[in-house]
Amino acid sequence: MKLSLAGSRSALRRIFSDKLAARSFLLAASLPLLLLLLMAAALLFRTLPIFQFVSPWEFLTGDLWRPSQGEFGLSTFISGTLWVTLLALILAVPPCIFASIFLVEYARRGTLRGILPAIDLLAGIPSVVYGVWGLLVVVPLVPRLGQFLRGVFGDLPFLTSSNPTGFSILAGGIVLAVMISPIIVSITVEVLRTVPQGVREAALAVGATRWQAIKHAVLPNALPGIIAAAVMGLSRAFGETLAVMMVVGNTPAIPRSVFDPGYPLTALIANNYGEMMSIPRYDAALMGAALLLLVVVIIFNVLSAMVLARLGQEVSS
Amino acid sequence: MSMQKRWWRRAHLEESLFGVLMRLSAVVLVLALAGILGSVLVRGLPAMSWDMITKAPEGGFYLGGGGGLLNAILGSLYLAGGGTVLAFLVSLPIALGLNVYAPSSRWATFTRLTLDVLWGVPSLVYGAFGFLIMISMGMRASLGAGILVVSLLQIPIMVRGMDEVMRLIPSGQKEAAFGLGATKLEMARAVVLRQSLPGIFTAVLLAFGRGIGDAASVLFTAGFTDRIPTSLAGPAASLPLAVFFQLSSPFPEVRARGYAAALILTVLILIVSGLSRALARRLSRNVVN
Amino acid sequence: MDSHISIKDLNVYYGANQALKSVDLEIPRNQITAIIGPSGCGKSTLLKTLNRFHDLVDNTRVEGEVKFDDIDIYAPDVDVTEVRTKIGLIAQRPYLLPMSIFDNVAFGLRIHDMTNRREVKGHVEKYLKLAGLWDEVKDRLTQPATSLSIGQQQRLCLARGLAVEPEVLLGDEPTSALDPISAKNIEGSLKELKSQYTIVIVTHVLRQARRLADYVVFMYLGELVEAGPASKVLSSPKDPRTKAYLSGEM
Ligand SMILES: Nc1ncnc2c1ncn2[C@@H]1O[C@H](COP(=O)(O)OP(=O)(O)OP(=O)(O)O)[C@@H](O)[C@H]1O
Ligand SMILES: [Mg+2]
Repeated sequence: MKLSLAGSRSALRRIFSDKLAARSFLLAASLPLLLLLLMAAALLFRTLPIFQFVSPWEFLTGDLWRPSQGEFGLSTFISGTLWVTLLALILAVPPCIFASIFLVEYARRGTLRGILPAIDLLAGIPSVVYGVWGLLVVVPLVPRLGQFLRGVFGDLPFLTSSNPTGFSILAGGIVLAVMISPIIVSITVEVLRTVPQGVREAALAVGATRWQAIKHAVLPNALPGIIAAAVMGLSRAFGETLAVMMVVGNTPAIPRSVFDPGYPLTALIANNYGEMMSIPRYDAALMGAALLLLVVVIIFNVLSAMVLARLGQEVSS
Repeated sequence: MSMQKRWWRRAHLEESLFGVLMRLSAVVLVLALAGILGSVLVRGLPAMSWDMITKAPEGGFYLGGGGGLLNAILGSLYLAGGGTVLAFLVSLPIALGLNVYAPSSRWATFTRLTLDVLWGVPSLVYGAFGFLIMISMGMRASLGAGILVVSLLQIPIMVRGMDEVMRLIPSGQKEAAFGLGATKLEMARAVVLRQSLPGIFTAVLLAFGRGIGDAASVLFTAGFTDRIPTSLAGPAASLPLAVFFQLSSPFPEVRARGYAAALILTVLILIVSGLSRALARRLSRNVVN
Repeated sequence: MDSHISIKDLNVYYGANQALKSVDLEIPRNQITAIIGPSGCGKSTLLKTLNRFHDLVDNTRVEGEVKFDDIDIYAPDVDVTEVRTKIGLIAQRPYLLPMSIFDNVAFGLRIHDMTNRREVKGHVEKYLKLAGLWDEVKDRLTQPATSLSIGQQQRLCLARGLAVEPEVLLGDEPTSALDPISAKNIEGSLKELKSQYTIVIVTHVLRQARRLADYVVFMYLGELVEAGPASKVLSSPKDPRTKAYLSGEM
């Protein structure tokens, strides 16, 4: 009996193919980082020329965008993106959490089993279809909602506008909110279901009502997962292009109200990539906008990973 | 006693308030989502015809002339199909690298974070990146470039799906194979691949669905054409872009076809999703849980 | 004593935490050795050093010498898969491979280059019989292994482990997840097997140690306190800690 490497031929072959697999799989696993770095480098490289012309600060905060006159300020588009994304989150997250709690904690098992596949399916519906729905249903509704609000409350900050069409931040926000809600619900339901039954029973056993048990025992346990769900929804909303472009109006002015039209960064890039090679530095400016999107996504993810790691420690300790 | 009573009443007020909120949320959500399918169906069905799925656009199509959407249907299938194959060839080794060969758990955590970032990168940015690579190599918008960019976009989706199921495999089960003297590769084939087969399959179809529905990445890289794609070097149409372009037309007939395109896209996704469910069940015969 | 495995000055660390402290032990050939001791004393850790399972975990460090016959299994030129082929493990719970009953047993044969179908079939039958499972499964070999009961699953794992023809069988509480009858079945199999194999089991059940063991090892807080023939250690222990444990005071 021999235990050394100089064993049988077949042992050598097995070990060799294992080593080969280790090498190639680990090489493959380094590709994501490589892709990310390459992407950032390529975009940065194409963006740099613009900074000979405007400072990075002006590029981000300037509010004039006249490429043919060499004026490149992104702030209008940044604010468009911020408005739409925030609105989508505000509209989507609370109802999604409530709906998930309802499905897991209150609804009958059969209801959950019936609804979950439908939710997963809707998470897979292409965003352009959500855009079509926005165009057909949301855009026509928005002006009526505006009139109604004005009739009841008079002039309110953020809610009053002279925009006669429905193409608006609000339409974009609603479309995005509905688009990301299947993702958020699907993850939140999964997270709530993994909270051990004992946690609920412990709270109920000391006389808590059902909602109190959820509020004080279940939700704190599920918080990291719910945050992760919201971050995923946020990522999707933030980078969505077509669905938003179809309903948001694409007017380059800083919105004052949710009924105003807006012009998010993604729409800017998608609308203008065709002529970007024909105006000097236009391409650099648009690639700069893309780089900005990439950087924000990286920052988001790193921050949320840090928060989740912290929360994970707290929950486990 | 009265304090207890007040407490009791408040608790129950809160209970019923949130009960109403939760039910309301669930109903609104379900209605909104049903509305989406409903509106696409209501507007798309009248515009559907046999021509839509069997013919490419003919002369004057965008003025209301004859023809159909076959160019976009096939283009989308090629883009998503090609992308899925490429992405699978990269994603499976990545997932196995993470779950079988990871040199340390910190390395794995970092790689997963990278993948999460890539998952969140907007498809438009993938498109812009692909566009830069394309022009730097002197290529034009083409099916090949579109497939490449779609596959990049699909990799994080696929790896994530595979990783999710592979991580759930109990270490005892892996040890069962190692205990028999299996190498890591043999263990991966016997345990990890078989145990996560349904999950791998679901991940692949999920990525296919994302590939077929994505527009922003192919906008830059695959272009659009009325012809049915015949070579990797030529441009290719896609359904999401067909929807988008036709909906911005002033002609009602053309817009109606946009709805038809949206309906076709939705039906394709429904088919993929149904397929994934059915096959996942079949593949889980030997899975241990 | 003819020792099959000999351990010298073995220290194992999980990160900064030392789980085994300078353990010396000789494991006799073709006998059943039982490792006993209170929870957390390092029994599983000791067992895992014998088939190099610590290799699979980050941050675990093994120092010292483990000799299998005359080969140091931690020597750099030793192939770990071969160590694990020679020294097999029956886990606490039956962990099935995601395949049919037949393939669970055949897997080990196939990775060790048995390609002839007839030969594989013959071996599968032989070891299923040896594990006392053959009669119960011979008509359903292609069914998923998950269709077996827990006790049958554990015997399947035994057959699977025997099929690669190890010389040493390790068992980490191999009967603790089983009902009393299945446990008896496994114990019976182990007793029959000891003429051909060196068997090392960890057990929490003192009566099981009495029933099975020829040789007993008592551990406490990472140290090996006492080792010797079962009759001696179990009936007249030398160390006060062993005494306390055996009398149920620990
Ligand atoms: N992977 C690990 N990482 C860190 N510490 C560990 C690890 N595994 C075991 N330990 C610690 O090492 C010590 C010995 O553990 P071991 O599992 O060997 O005990 P045991 O005797 O088998 O106990 P039991 O009878 O409960 O199975 C314990 O203090 C345990 O907490
Ligand atoms: Mg143990």
